[in-house]
Amino acid sequence: MRSRIPWLLLAPSIVFMLLLFGWPLVQGVLAAFRSGDSFTVDNWTRMWGDAYFGRALRNTLLLTVVVVPVQFVLAIGMALLLQSRPKLAGVHFYLWTIPLAMSELAAGLVWLSIFSNRGYLNSFLSWLGIAPDGIGWLDYDNPAGMLFAVVVAEVWRATSLVFVIVVAGLQMVPKDFDEAAQVFGATAWQRLWHVTLPAIRPSLQVALILRTILAIQVFAVAQALTGRNFPLLVGETYQWYVNLQNAAVASALALVVLAISLAVSIVYLRTLRRERA
Amino acid sequence: MAPVSRRSVLRGLLATSVGGAALSGCGALTGFATTGGSGMTFFSTQFTPVEEAERFRGLLKAEVDGEVSYVTTDPGPFATQIRTQVDAGSVRTSLLGGLHGDLAPLADGYLTDLTDLLDGLGDLGWPAEFLDLARVGTGRTWYVPWAQASYVICARKETLEHLPSGADVNALTYDQFLDWVTAARRANGGKPVLALPAGPKGLLHRFTQGFLLPSFTGGQITTYRSRDAVEAWRYFRELWRNAVPTSTTYDFVQEPLAAGEATIGWYHVARLINAPRDEPDEWVMAPSPRGPKGLGYMVVLTGMAVPRGAPEEDVAQQVIAALSRPAAQVELLRANAFFPTVRVDLPGDLTPAIRLEADAVQRQRTAPDALVALPPVGVGTREGEVSKVFKDTFQSIVLGDADIRSTLDSQARVMNQLLGELKVSCWPPDPAGSPCVVA
Repeated sequence: MRSRIPWLLLAPSIVFMLLLFGWPLVQGVLAAFRSGDSFTVDNWTRMWGDAYFGRALRNTLLLTVVVVPVQFVLAIGMALLLQSRPKLAGVHFYLWTIPLAMSELAAGLVWLSIFSNRGYLNSFLSWLGIAPDGIGWLDYDNPAGMLFAVVVAEVWRATSLVFVIVVAGLQMVPKDFDEAAQVFGATAWQRLWHVTLPAIRPSLQVALILRTILAIQVFAVAQALTGRNFPLLVGETYQWYVNLQNAAVASALALVVLAISLAVSIVYLRTLRRERA
Repeated sequence: MAPVSRRSVLRGLLATSVGGAALSGCGALTGFATTGGSGMTFFSTQFTPVEEAERFRGLLKAEVDGEVSYVTTDPGPFATQIRTQVDAGSVRTSLLGGLHGDLAPLADGYLTDLTDLLDGLGDLGWPAEFLDLARVGTGRTWYVPWAQASYVICARKETLEHLPSGADVNALTYDQFLDWVTAARRANGGKPVLALPAGPKGLLHRFTQGFLLPSFTGGQITTYRSRDAVEAWRYFRELWRNAVPTSTTYDFVQEPLAAGEATIGWYHVARLINAPRDEPDEWVMAPSPRGPKGLGYMVVLTGMAVPRGAPEEDVAQQVIAALSRPAAQVELLRANAFFPTVRVDLPGDLTPAIRLEADAVQRQRTAPDALVALPPVGVGTREGEVSKVFKDTFQSIVLGDADIRSTLDSQARVMNQLLGELKVSCWPPDPAGSPCVVA
């Protein structure tokens, strides 16, 4: 009798999770392989042959590869700055975490008002005299400009996530390590590379996995800024499901996102797992 | 005080959870966030901009006795909501409004048969092709035609001086149209002046489906990769060079026209109406141009339907009858620039802007070589994928500068696979015949 009560108490949560997460997940995975009632890979050939799929895959990977390192460097820099306890450290911390509270779409719309053809950036550039007619940052035939705008908006919006995790990790590192290294004559760079970063490796691992998976799923920011001119995998999932009313191909796309996220997580866990002694 | 035992805590939790469940069961379950709650819900994809919805609500209050609350949504969520509600057996709305493309996929399964209602309303003068569309390929009527619209050119009067000599703006050919926008662009210091609705929610694929391809090739699907079609796309590429590049962000053309970003536009009458509203004397509305095979134009049809299992079917039928009266349809024209589908003489006291549009639409419809094109008929839920073929062709050929012949061939294969799965017969302007395939 005593050993069954924990299971009884857990039962509601387990049932809840199975019904609301497990069953739809299974349905979704099956939907990608089904057409009517028969097993088929037509949906996958449809997805693969779509002109937007190749571009979406390329854009998603490119965006992730550009955004994640930039955010890490920035976040570690910001965290170390805070760690040196400047004046108004609390104010800086709050300011730097404000974007965390904004929705993706709201952030996209804010940056749209900056990057659009008659937006703040073009007004500023024409006031300076650099570009009297403005630059078409978000024009459909300016892929570099669109990538730049989406990268800037994403870095602004999501660096705070990595920042918060790194700050939490840094606070767990005892000050003695750093002071001991200073006593031994290590330069600031050597201290950073050989003492601080290895000490926060677990936090970095968590932040890396989290941020990369979320970067693969960027959608609302790019949608607000570029519409369909900069296709991304999750954006294409939305298109297929809502506009084309084809849940099967949308499922297939979502499975592609899942596969990439899983692969990336496994790679991270393996490479950052060394020296567990 | 004796320590609280685990057993009593667990009992207390059980009691509160059961009580909570009982209480919440009494509460009213709301399925919609309506403005002004009670009464029958009219769920529609039309008039989503706030001003249009407000004007329509005023019209409903004036034309219909009883409370009708008008709720708008996008086409995707519309379809999902109706399907899930009917499948679950708890339908919250009694009246649906939408384009043919919104209602046709729901017919025969999710909508109520309205054949008797239509017969009961008598001969109000709906054109035969609209009633045919409303049958969605079956023998029964699934929606009552409500309003129609089309697409016209809207331009500032000062651009008329750039028309090529001998051209009448009310009877342009596509070549004259191209010369006109090119001359206007040159006069504007090389900056393009034409606005096209190439945004994510814009309807530029209707231009190719209903205007460009029928005018150049005489068909929509069967002639998709004919030599005339290659000509048509080559023309479109030329035309696009004179279009404002930010057209890829335009969902509504009236805003750039009113803001001065462009001075010539082509779009849906209801989404052009705001441009000349303030200064009707500065604007001109013209029918779409004609091509070698005639003046192809597309008709947009909206309809009213009743979902299967609707809670207040009789009230819905009354509202349908009320909104089908000629007087109510003229009021809709005045309010939201959607034209009547019933037989009615347009009164003389329309606002100047609506009058401009009505004249242009009339000229388009009564042209001697007019070629009616309909949006795809009978393709059900795959309508989006059929439009996608046209959109992807535009993206590759016009925006991406791909080779026209090979793009048309590969997209024709996609189209044939789609139509092969659907096994539908062709719709105007293609000759009726089944199954429909690209030649």
